[in-house]
Amino acid sequence: AGFREVDEDFFDDLEEVLISADVGFDMTLAISDVLREEVRLRNVRTGEQVKNVIVEKMVEIYEKGEVGLPTINENKNGLTVILFVGVNGVGKTTTIGKYAHKLRNEGKKVLLAAGDTFRAGAIEQLEVWAERVQVDVVTSDAHSDPASVVFDALKKGQKEEYDYLLIDTAGRLQNKVNLMKELEKINRIISREIPEGASETLLVLDATTGQNALIQAKQFKETTNVTGLILTKLDGTAKGGVILAIRQELAIPVKFVGLGEGMDDLQVFDPEQYIYGLVKDLVEVKA
Amino acid sequence: MAFEGLSERLQGAMTKIGKKGRITEADLKEMMREVRLALLEADVNFRVVKDFVKKVNERALGSDVLESLSPAQQVVKIVNEELTELMGGEQEPFLFSKKPPTVVMMVGLQGAGKTTTAGKLANYMKKRENKRPLLAAADVYRPAAIDQLQTIGKQLDFPVYQKGVEANPVAIAEEAVEEARMTGRDLVIIDTAGRLHVDELLMTELKNIKAAVQPDEILFTVDAMTGQDAVNVAKAFNEQLGITGVILTKLDGDTRGGSALSIRSVTGKPIKFTGQGEKLDDIEPFYPDRMASRILGM
Ligand SMILES: Nc1nc2c(ncn2[C@@H]2O[C@H](COP(=O)(O)OP(=O)(O)OP(=O)(O)O)[C@@H](O)[C@H]2O)c(=O)[nH]1
Ligand SMILES: Nc1nc2c(ncn2[C@@H]2O[C@H](COP(=O)(O)OP(=O)(O)OP(=O)(O)O)[C@@H](O)[C@H]2O)c(=O)[nH]1
Ligand SMILES: [K+]
Ligand SMILES: [Mg+2]
Ligand SMILES: [Mg+2]
Repeated sequence: AGFREVDEDFFDDLEEVLISADVGFDMTLAISDVLREEVRLRNVRTGEQVKNVIVEKMVEIYEKGEVGLPTINENKNGLTVILFVGVNGVGKTTTIGKYAHKLRNEGKKVLLAAGDTFRAGAIEQLEVWAERVQVDVVTSDAHSDPASVVFDALKKGQKEEYDYLLIDTAGRLQNKVNLMKELEKINRIISREIPEGASETLLVLDATTGQNALIQAKQFKETTNVTGLILTKLDGTAKGGVILAIRQELAIPVKFVGLGEGMDDLQVFDPEQYIYGLVKDLVEVKA
Repeated sequence: MAFEGLSERLQGAMTKIGKKGRITEADLKEMMREVRLALLEADVNFRVVKDFVKKVNERALGSDVLESLSPAQQVVKIVNEELTELMGGEQEPFLFSKKPPTVVMMVGLQGAGKTTTAGKLANYMKKRENKRPLLAAADVYRPAAIDQLQTIGKQLDFPVYQKGVEANPVAIAEEAVEEARMTGRDLVIIDTAGRLHVDELLMTELKNIKAAVQPDEILFTVDAMTGQDAVNVAKAFNEQLGITGVILTKLDGDTRGGSALSIRSVTGKPIKFTGQGEKLDDIEPFYPDRMASRILGM
């Protein structure tokens, strides 16, 4: 493909592309301003230069000095606990299945906890995943207290020397105060059993979500100290550009992206690749 | 972080322009900028916003907004009216078959709320319309999708037709309708697997189900939090299946729900119900005026 010239219309189109990718209006303007300035400074006019400057600069805005691929914190002293949270239907349970598969391929001993005791079929869903990727799972009866299944899993995980415990939780909208409090309780149990607490609390976001994702990130961060994001369903046509604003405002990094419903469809987030995907249609001129 | 509502935005614009009363055409432009921003923040699609603002601007110029002593309020009123109108003036009826059973197909992206809404709708139709529903488990892909529907069926005491995960979804749908006929069930709600609108294979499966059971309603179920991409998804589902209506889920959240406007304007199809929670009672008919106010943050 060829590359487009930077002319008058270029920045209008850039803004349209970013807004259409759910980057949000304010963030779009901020990015557009930075790029305008950079293009002027470097006297960029045409060709591949444009692509490079845009991607480079946007990656810089995203990375905020933390260069490179994201990593997952581990508990050096024993069981690494990872808590998965998010609103309804974003892909928490599926992501746990995929991530367990990845860890198992790395030779880790993995345990799952079916902490969603509320939604119809949620326990069975996690059980199917556990069987599919051949890891163990701790479950309880439907409608029992999620904190107690988490407790059981923590005990088992420590006693039987698992490397990882991945905890599934019920989907909850961030404006439901009682449901958010339930997460606090789960966290208290984790900290009581494991002094290090959860090594990661990952907020799962659906790439099709619009500006509400920013509110989700804020609210979940307030109750659970979110350490990273997982952006699912990027195999569709939605881009999930709101992660840029979340990074900007809350400094939460994306750790993984979901690219399908299969067990291999989880990838470490690569900022450069992601950002190229965002602006590709703008900078590339179809031959 | 509360987004600013349209009224505050327009009042803010008035202050910025430094006007108390009448405004000029140039000032109106400034107001339209605020309308545009409010809609974008509410996740209305970029292009839909463009067309909508153009229309509002024309109407504002044609009416006496420029002469008015409260131009901001006038603009709010026009926006509100246009939006309600676009949402589909009045409530659209549910399409029942003259020859029972009425057949309904739930379709949409992954995780939108189809299975839960199938249960809610069945529940609603029993209570309000005295229907005797049967649920059909045609999602053979998602892990434990059948368990989920069976649990819901049990909670509501409705039969669930299922054939396991090895069966063909088209056959399941056909047999479920047959089963309903034999057992005197007058409403069949078919739960289908979530799928991407760009997944040709799975979209073809839906077309085949449609051809086989000729549903009275094909309900595109969509998450109210959906952003800019709602237009692409809704358009694709509508073009490929000819949806008859939309169900907007998860409105119990704090999303503005601008996707409702996007979907409505690209498909022209009515929004029939909204999901207001995870429980099987949490379903309501769609109210266009409430949705308009919500999008505008009023
Ligand atoms: N296309 C696609 N679908 C996905 C992806 N991740 C999850 N899904 C699908 O999204 C739907 C919801 O996924 P779940 O894992 O059940 O989501 P959840 O967050 O656990 O949902 P709740 O527990 O009900 O809140 C399922 O149909 C998944 O197969 C992804 O990366 N791409
Ligand atoms: N808060 C809230 N949650 C809802 C609503 N409707 C559905 N949900 C939740 O959203 C999640 C996904 O719902 P499902 O019914 O499994 O969605 P689906 O479209 O069948 O998902 P797939 O079959 O995986 O494509 C579940 O956690 C539901 O409880 C609603 O109106 N409000
Ligand atoms: K969703
Ligand atoms: Mg789940
Ligand atoms: Mg389903």
